[in-house]
Amino acid sequence: MNNALKKWVSDYGLFVLVCILIVSVWEWVVRSGMIPAFILPAPSAIWSSLADNWQLLLEVHLPATLKEVLIGFVLSLIGGLLLGIGMHFSRVLEKILYPFLVISQTIPLIAISPIFIMWFGYSIWSKIAVTILTAFFPIVVSTYDGLKMGGTEYRELLLTMGASRWMIFKKVQVPMALPSLFSGLKMSVVYCVVGATVGEWLGASEGLGYFSRRMSGNLQADAVFAAIFLLSLLGIILFLIIGLIEKQLLKHNHR
Amino acid sequence: MREAIGLSKSPMLAIRDLSYSFEARKPIFQQVAIDIQPGEFVSVIGPSGSGKSTLFKLITGLLEPDQGEILIDGQKMETRLGLVGYMPQKDLLLPWKTVVDNVLLPLEVKKENKQQNMSEIRKWLSRFGLAEFEKAYPHELSGGMRQRVAFLRTIMTGRELLLLDEPFGALDSMTKRNMQSWLLGLWEELQKTVLFITHDLEEALLLSDRIYLLERTGTFQEMKVHLSRPRNPELIYQSEFIEMRKELERRIHHE
Ligand SMILES: Nc1ncnc2c1ncn2[C@@H]1O[C@H](COP(=O)(O)OP(=O)(O)OP(=O)(O)O)[C@@H](O)[C@H]1O
Ligand SMILES: [Mg+2]
Repeated sequence: MNNALKKWVSDYGLFVLVCILIVSVWEWVVRSGMIPAFILPAPSAIWSSLADNWQLLLEVHLPATLKEVLIGFVLSLIGGLLLGIGMHFSRVLEKILYPFLVISQTIPLIAISPIFIMWFGYSIWSKIAVTILTAFFPIVVSTYDGLKMGGTEYRELLLTMGASRWMIFKKVQVPMALPSLFSGLKMSVVYCVVGATVGEWLGASEGLGYFSRRMSGNLQADAVFAAIFLLSLLGIILFLIIGLIEKQLLKHNHR
Repeated sequence: MREAIGLSKSPMLAIRDLSYSFEARKPIFQQVAIDIQPGEFVSVIGPSGSGKSTLFKLITGLLEPDQGEILIDGQKMETRLGLVGYMPQKDLLLPWKTVVDNVLLPLEVKKENKQQNMSEIRKWLSRFGLAEFEKAYPHELSGGMRQRVAFLRTIMTGRELLLLDEPFGALDSMTKRNMQSWLLGLWEELQKTVLFITHDLEEALLLSDRIYLLERTGTFQEMKVHLSRPRNPELIYQSEFIEMRKELERRIHHE
């Protein structure tokens, strides 16, 4: 136990220390009046705003955003895997889809979101559409690249054993693609939070993005920061969950 | 068993009039002929880049000849994939599988019942000095052990003809000596036909019945090794052996 603590301190100690330092300086700078509180609220003010709005944030806005993030992520995952695998198996599909994929990422999110609102109205689906647009690209690319990395050498070895294409896919290419896929998933899940927030900014009736927009309209900087704090916490937690699954699954995938 | 195979008169491997070149390059093989009888141990030597590994890829069916034919066990098949046991130059163990699972890969590919063969496989593992490492992962093994796992995996294909591409190429000279004497003993009881690529002239002489010298012109020169069996590594210090080595070197330099 003592050892685990030591490892934790050596891994994250410095980070925690720097965080404490930043927060302290921040608090001091605001309290001493160098920066007005409506521009940059003090950490203590953010904290008390968080406490004041706790129930509203936790019972209404966080679940709303989380729902968008999760649905968006699951749909991106399914679609991304299918597209990535499809492109791996079919060169025609690859040639058709790859340019579109890249184009889809060059569209400014803020510009297209109003169109989604036009299409899907203020329902949850307009937010999910924005989420998917940001989140599925890393999944497709990491799936596709990961499968390609599967190495011709292993492929050839299995071919000489008389393996079918499907067998090679299952036995070699999928396990080989997992590390790349998980890098994509970790990126994607964080993008999901960004996408959902942007979607809510443009039109919503609940969610942390909606909340922070309303509060910024009211010039309540401390509440805006409280929402941002929760959003980033949400991103971190989702990221860590995927990291944990990855660690479990790839325990023996040494390379 | 060797006698039984001897009765069927067709060679284990027959290559007739084989020509091959990678597109628009100088030909690697020009009208090559090779015959290998059941139970023979034959080495292929040649300078780096001369096409030894390419020969194996042609025999396994990973590549198709430009001209000529390749017959396995007297038969010309539509595809040769799955007909020979191939051990590639790199060990290519799957890093996420344990030793025993790596060894079982050929059975898995052929969808054979693994449980049924387990007791036989345990016997093999201990014969290969791998019994204690059954549950180990490849990254936990030494270079010599990894080669033995890869070799055992090749044997598990159940094929009569084994193609070994420089199995000891990456080992230090002491480990290599051990592996050679181990292979000598093993081969004598295995009764398999082996085609063996090596850079090492002593190794080729010590192990083989015949040696094929791959020349720069893309043809083979054959040399018989008249040393009685059973052999052991001490043989390399005997005058008879040294004479043969001189002869081999002379041929290499006068090709
Ligand atoms: N896929 C390929 N496309 C084009 N050229 C190739 C390909 N594979 C091999 N070659 C070329 O063919 C030649 C023979 O290669 P090969 O790997 O068979 O040599 P080798 O005798 O096994 O060498 P080494 O002893 O270094 O393993 C080399 O010049 C190599 O550059
Ligand atoms: Mg080679």
